[in-house]
Amino acid sequence: MLDEFHSIKIEGEKCQARMACMHACPTQAIRVRNRKATILRDRCIDCGECVRVCPSHAIVPLTSSFSDLSKFAYTVAIPSPVFYSQFGKDVRPGAILNALKKAGFDDAYDVACASESVSIAIQEYLDSNESPRPLISPFCPAIVRLIQIRYPNLLENLIPIESPMEIAAREVKRLKMNELGLRENEIGVVYLTPCPAKTISVKHPPRKKHSFVDGMIAISEIYPTVLQLLARSDGGESVQDIRGLGLGWPILGGQVACLKAEDCLAIAGLTDVMRVLDDIENGKLRDIQYIECHSCPTACVGGSLTVENPYIARGRVLRMVEKFGSVPCQDREKIRDLYEKRFFSLVGSIAPSPVQPLDDDIAIAIQKMQQKQQTYEMLPKIDCGGCGAPTCMTFAEDVVKGQASIDECVFLAMKTFESISCELMETVLKHSRKIRANVEPGSHET
Amino acid sequence: MTGPYSQSFAIQGKNFFNAGKASTEIKTMLKDLGIDPAIVRRVAIATYEAEMNVVMYAEEATLIVEVTPRAIRILVNDRGPGISDINLAMQEGYSTATAEMREMGFGAGMGLPNIKRNSDDFKVSSTVGQGTKLEITVNIN
Repeated sequence: MLDEFHSIKIEGEKCQARMACMHACPTQAIRVRNRKATILRDRCIDCGECVRVCPSHAIVPLTSSFSDLSKFAYTVAIPSPVFYSQFGKDVRPGAILNALKKAGFDDAYDVACASESVSIAIQEYLDSNESPRPLISPFCPAIVRLIQIRYPNLLENLIPIESPMEIAAREVKRLKMNELGLRENEIGVVYLTPCPAKTISVKHPPRKKHSFVDGMIAISEIYPTVLQLLARSDGGESVQDIRGLGLGWPILGGQVACLKAEDCLAIAGLTDVMRVLDDIENGKLRDIQYIECHSCPTACVGGSLTVENPYIARGRVLRMVEKFGSVPCQDREKIRDLYEKRFFSLVGSIAPSPVQPLDDDIAIAIQKMQQKQQTYEMLPKIDCGGCGAPTCMTFAEDVVKGQASIDECVFLAMKTFESISCELMETVLKHSRKIRANVEPGSHET
Repeated sequence: MTGPYSQSFAIQGKNFFNAGKASTEIKTMLKDLGIDPAIVRRVAIATYEAEMNVVMYAEEATLIVEVTPRAIRILVNDRGPGISDINLAMQEGYSTATAEMREMGFGAGMGLPNIKRNSDDFKVSSTVGQGTKLEITVNIN
């Protein structure tokens, strides 16, 4: 059951079966049945595209709420660096951390600096490791899930390095335990997330390890509070200096910009990511060292739980990098030393989680594949979605798997109706001619 | 007992826009059948190399994939210049690729040897001036 954990759910009573989610889903994981959308759990990669497009706001992320935090003696917010890009162009990251403290957290801790350390660790890994190239970034949980279900061969290409979120959470707990004499479970670390997918890495990490993050709050949820607090701030308070190239991580190319290695790629959007993963599986791109992959087309600033227009947010990130990026926040030698001590290492392996095949018996699966192809040939191939499946091909598959019935195709139903009506019409005409010939002597119509 | 599942693809020479499409579709189909990922990968590499050979050198080709519970067979039949010395073409590093092809990352002389390495049985036959036939078999289990 644990394997079925997902970061989003459909609130049935709100769903009006308008099918936007079904058409938007890049892995064809949504069906509309009995006038309600449902998620096929084995196909869902938690990318959040459905959350973005639902006109009824019926698909909600499974994030935490403020009340969940009352059980902790001390709470610390660790905002995704995306959060820094959501406010006016001159609002400094340090001022945003101050506002979070006023919003009810006991402290707020920067993650961009952890992104810088993680970048140094990636560089060390690239320099010292001969494992198959290209190595793939593991920081977008939707991409990791995509690889688990669709590209199990490439699991070994995922670089086994902790995410900045985890590194920051672990560090903040260590600091607070020393400083305040608290136990680990008394400190609640809350990540302010730009997307639902990040919840997976906390509640159900693919390597099944303990997470140091205790809760997730959507950026869009906390945004109004922080916006108000920032407007009220008089500017007289002391503001922490946030700097380093880690500030660039929320945009496409942000990770690669921190690396010294040449031959790196940065890719965003699932269509393009899948194209590249196919290339790697076909044996191409072996001369590429590292690939930064994002499920969202505009990378993390375009996460489905953000507020600001992703292009404006991207512009702000670039401006921050220009202003504060040139001075590193970490001592490279110190980080290298930590890397040697395996401070950044992710242990354990990620298990593949393939989509349910047509049948567990290969001989039957082959037969079903033939049936699927034959069924598909009968369909109109216009992917109208009227049947409740996103494409004619997925509908054919559902029919073969016994999850849908062929007469649910609107076009086939219309054809059947047409031929039945024609037959009926002919019978009616035949009878009426016969009757008229009998009752109206003299009329000899044939 | 029904026959093998088969699918056929038309591949056009010099059409780099669609290059790799057949191998990707075949890969998806094999994954839907629940074939072991390691086997899928071998088929993917072999099919991709065969498909790229057509795109780079031939006029056009038909690629047929046949799946039985025992094996996956790929037949490629192209109309093109043919291979004058198959033994030479089977040597790693031998290539007649142009500078442009090499610039695009092809023509390392690994095509046919790579297909052979990733298949359990591999047959090539060719008539110069007419075309080349490939028969690739990858066993399941």
